[in-house]
Amino acid sequence: MATALPAAPARARQKRPAQSLIPGSRSTAFWPYLIPGLALLTVIILVPLVWNIYLTFTSYRGIRPPEWIGLDNWVKLAGDQTFWTSFGNSVAMILAMVIVPTLLGLVLAAMLFDLIGKKFGGKLASFLRATYYLPQILPAVIAAIVIGWILRPQNGALNQILEGIGLGGLAHNWLGSPDTALPSIMVIMIWVQLGYPIVIFMAALQRVDPELYEAAELDGANWFQRFRAITVGIIRPEIFVVTLTCTIAALKVFGPIYALTGGGPGTSTIVPAYYAYSEFFQSQQVGYGATIATALTIVIAAVSIVFVIAQSRLERKDEER
Amino acid sequence: MSTTLTPQQTVLPPKNVTKPRGGMKKKTAGDWAILAVAILLGLLIAVPFFLILINSFKSPTDYNQSGPLSLPTELYVDGIVNFWERVNFPEKLWNSFFISSVVAVLAVGISMLNAFALGIGRVKGRTWIVLVVLLANMLPQEVLLYPLYFMFKSVGLYDNQWAVIIIFVVIQSAFGTYLLASVYGTFPKEILEAAAIDGANRWTILWRVVFPISRPTLSVLLIFFFIWTWNEFLIPLTFLVSNAAQTVPVSIAVLQGDRMMDVTTTSASALLGLLPTLIFFLIFQRTLTRGITAGAVK
Repeated sequence: MATALPAAPARARQKRPAQSLIPGSRSTAFWPYLIPGLALLTVIILVPLVWNIYLTFTSYRGIRPPEWIGLDNWVKLAGDQTFWTSFGNSVAMILAMVIVPTLLGLVLAAMLFDLIGKKFGGKLASFLRATYYLPQILPAVIAAIVIGWILRPQNGALNQILEGIGLGGLAHNWLGSPDTALPSIMVIMIWVQLGYPIVIFMAALQRVDPELYEAAELDGANWFQRFRAITVGIIRPEIFVVTLTCTIAALKVFGPIYALTGGGPGTSTIVPAYYAYSEFFQSQQVGYGATIATALTIVIAAVSIVFVIAQSRLERKDEER
Repeated sequence: MSTTLTPQQTVLPPKNVTKPRGGMKKKTAGDWAILAVAILLGLLIAVPFFLILINSFKSPTDYNQSGPLSLPTELYVDGIVNFWERVNFPEKLWNSFFISSVVAVLAVGISMLNAFALGIGRVKGRTWIVLVVLLANMLPQEVLLYPLYFMFKSVGLYDNQWAVIIIFVVIQSAFGTYLLASVYGTFPKEILEAAAIDGANRWTILWRVVFPISRPTLSVLLIFFFIWTWNEFLIPLTFLVSNAAQTVPVSIAVLQGDRMMDVTTTSASALLGLLPTLIFFLIFQRTLTRGITAGAVK
């Protein structure tokens, strides 16, 4: 394709020509490589997705064929208090699974890499990193069993520790009372998530040129200034990946809620994915469950589109530099 | 893992790497304080694991008398043995291992093919293709249950491990495609040009050039896919109804509330559930970091 525009290479670059990175290979020649992946994607993901969108316009209880009811499910959804509560709780999950772990992860990764790794040895730093990562390798349901067991009201470990140090008055039915259930889950999710950004950011930090740091140090930049100007700038791609994948995970969090509280007490810890699940399989309101799940998918897709577009803009800007 | 995402490292001159001047610097009181905080945080994070460990070797009476925090008075392994035999643990272990390994290998393969077309082939509309592929990651999994149940039932794959394998190959390769496509987007052009001049066709370039050079990133993906698939719950629970086909997390979760599951057996089951991924992680821990540093082109 570029051969058609030999005289205007500059303009061609701006317009992103359909030329691959391999000279002489046109982009279109690469389509066959996408066939297996896209074919599987269509069968496993896109067909069920379309099927679900269809179900949102029906009343379907799983036995008799779906019955067309138009927009009734969507109207019901707009006025459904439980649904809005579940999205409110999603914000809490984003705080616990994205914002806190990413910020804390950045600081901890820099601390492990810059300070502990350099002054106390890389072995210690990677040991600590492995420790922080431990909760990530625990299957969610098993983590939930363990945590539920630590937090249980009678003879649970946490309440016993509190009693042991003379704070027995603080002992609580942590997951069973509406005021502490959501905060408890948030703490658990921070515990679970923290290791993921740390591992990724520490790996990314190995790219930072130490000379850059030393130069900044000579220029009198303090640690935080160096951190903000150099570190965050260089590992930005990883920050994007972590933030996006964690946001998706936070919006569709299901396992811990399923295993720890079942959305309760009341609706105090309900999240959209769990609400959809309970409509699908407990109330057998498949049409309405599909509506909740589709609404959730739309939200996640919108967030992802904004992210990916912002990311590719920034990448393109970098390329132009 | 995503370190290889970016090109900068590939152009990092090696002279910077050969200057590890750390270790010899003076340690201030502040450094020690930060170290103390880091260790304390590590202990705090590890507390639940200690609790699992000590309570797995306690008899129920011991637990009732002295609570969850004390060390066991004697080494009691009946909880572990009971659970092991009750769920036929070796069988579950093999199921999980088989499913996770096949998924990891196939998903890395699909990710590589996709990323080759998107990152190096620069297929038109690639941003949007990546977004569509990412749908597999975005969908709440409940959405898939009803349609896939009918689809797999009609082709006779229901209650078959291959159903679970196919589903997770798609889901995991979505993340892999997203990550690898941006890694390959910054693949050093000179290498591709040299290969093209040597007359290599696309397939040869993928197999003989791109694959070996990106192998560190691929092995990181392989590890992540393995652990993630191992830990999955909802889809194995739904699609593997017969006991003999179940995975480790499912077999543990469905036994909760069972009469034989007293407190210490629960703890023992959690210990057995996390040991395989823990061992796997410890073995490949170094690959995770090396994969990232070795992403540079020699």
